[in-house]
Amino acid sequence: MTLYDKSVAGRCAFSFSFEEDEARAESCIPDYARAGVKSLPEVSELDLVRHFTNLATVNYGVDTGFYPLGSCTMKYNPKINERLAADPRLTMRHPLDDVSENQGVLQMEYELKESLEEITGMDDFTLQPACGAHGELTGMLIIHAYMRDHDPRRTRVLIPDSAHGTNPASASMAGFQVVTVPSDERGGVDMEALDHLMDDTVAAIMLTNPNTVGLFDENITRISELVHARGGLLYYDGANLNALMGLIRPGDLGFDVVHLNLHKTFSTPHGGGGPGAAPVGVKQFLAEYLPVPIVVQRDGQYALDSDRPRSIGRMSAFYGNTGVLARAFVYIRMMGRDGLAAASRAAVINANYVKKLLAPYYPPAYDRPVMHETVLSAKGYDKYGVSLLDIAKRLMDYGYHPPTIYFPHFPPHAEEVMMIEPTESESRETLDAFCDALIRISKEAQEQPDLLLSAPHNTVVTRVNETYAARHLVTSQRDKKGIG
Amino acid sequence: MKIQEDARYAKSDEWVRVEGQVAVVGISDYAQEKLGDIVFVGDIAVGSELKAGDLLTSVESVKAASDIYSPVSGKVVEVNSEVVAKPELVNSDAFGAGWLAKIELSNPAEVNSLMSAAEYAEYRKD
Repeated sequence: MTLYDKSVAGRCAFSFSFEEDEARAESCIPDYARAGVKSLPEVSELDLVRHFTNLATVNYGVDTGFYPLGSCTMKYNPKINERLAADPRLTMRHPLDDVSENQGVLQMEYELKESLEEITGMDDFTLQPACGAHGELTGMLIIHAYMRDHDPRRTRVLIPDSAHGTNPASASMAGFQVVTVPSDERGGVDMEALDHLMDDTVAAIMLTNPNTVGLFDENITRISELVHARGGLLYYDGANLNALMGLIRPGDLGFDVVHLNLHKTFSTPHGGGGPGAAPVGVKQFLAEYLPVPIVVQRDGQYALDSDRPRSIGRMSAFYGNTGVLARAFVYIRMMGRDGLAAASRAAVINANYVKKLLAPYYPPAYDRPVMHETVLSAKGYDKYGVSLLDIAKRLMDYGYHPPTIYFPHFPPHAEEVMMIEPTESESRETLDAFCDALIRISKEAQEQPDLLLSAPHNTVVTRVNETYAARHLVTSQRDKKGIG
Repeated sequence: MKIQEDARYAKSDEWVRVEGQVAVVGISDYAQEKLGDIVFVGDIAVGSELKAGDLLTSVESVKAASDIYSPVSGKVVEVNSEVVAKPELVNSDAFGAGWLAKIELSNPAEVNSLMSAAEYAEYRKD
């Protein structure tokens, strides 16, 4: 039941103590305010509080249970991050305050930049981009500007077929033509195809390593040498840096541009559409192209430098998503160098542990060690009349958020694969219990398939109609009448 | 998996059925089954000139969004407006009411390079 369904005409969640206050309030409403707006629900304060409190109790998140969503990792966000980011000395700052009054915020951003440079092996960073794809676009615009100045023939960007869909979209938005590089049998870049495609029209290759199927591309240094030798640049999509942080630096592997998903790797909140933060790091020869302004240190003060004539310009208003940056800053400081490396190792061990336990029931898509996430197959369950979707639905009855299903795409069609990312924070007991549930479901599929087909049974909302909403699109309350 | 005997097939699972100078194009029953419930068929511009292998449109299912390529070269002369309104027709009748577009062939010989029904059945027999 939505708040609109609880609406009663004339009911309201506030009252004025004095009639003259009400009159004064009304007189303050400007003439251009719309009269007779009927689209707002009318409820009492108690109705309102109950509505949202009850909704909150049926929510499922990483704070309530295991959430092994591969690719879109829901990593635990330590509470200290939240506590410090909520400090009024940060939250009460305004971006239009004078720089002299925002020294603390600028110092935090400056030191975060330094940490990210050290973690990635890059020379300079912008903190502006507000999400992963925004970071990709920033990085691609930097490469585009660099090539415009140095080698304008290079108008194409190579992207492996295993890449996340945002990669080709970002390269294309930045003005490049996208060329797909096939994967080899082991799931990495097909070196022969790369050798064939890498010519003097190619500006860069965009790589995610470990890639979208959770595999580390062992040819990375060969790729790096080949691309550089032929005049191209390497772009690192840092979506999966949480498998490598503290252990390997993309800058040392030869990458020229890097974006990081702070809202994943550096444990800031994620989901529900953000807010995210995707700082972009570059090697020194590209630093002049970074977006303005950049936080710099000058005469013992922090300042915002906008005097950079070759900059690609602003990528967001003000300082970027400062609250998110603050959380990542706290995370890095709390973890330290050794802590970040330990988190990467735990993430990799956890993914391989789950893969090993589940392999007899759900065979891995690639028979080799994985990094931070694993792709398992539910092929063959169709002979019991159940699909991967039914297995995922049944998992909800056991109290788990299902993993990502039917992804990654092995073109051209959606195969019966699920992508599990346990993250570093989960205990062995949690992983064992989760794997037990999937193993029991495997047996249920054979013995009582109906249990899966009608699942979930124990959740607030049971099996939903997967197609109705998409086929009968209703995008506003006003359109609601006349459906179903 | 249903196979339409008088159609020819692309490796990316589109089918064509030649009616004179015009080829009717759709996606195979195998493809619709793999994709699952289809909820959206993208726009196709009547009059657009396509080469074999060019993007024709995309379809979205509950599982995935998938690009659909034209198996033949030519001009789009008709689009199945019914399937845009009712994407589920691709699921229920991939070779019939679920057709996507009609393309006036600019190079009819291309059709011969596509797979026959028997070859396609072998290609997708897993």
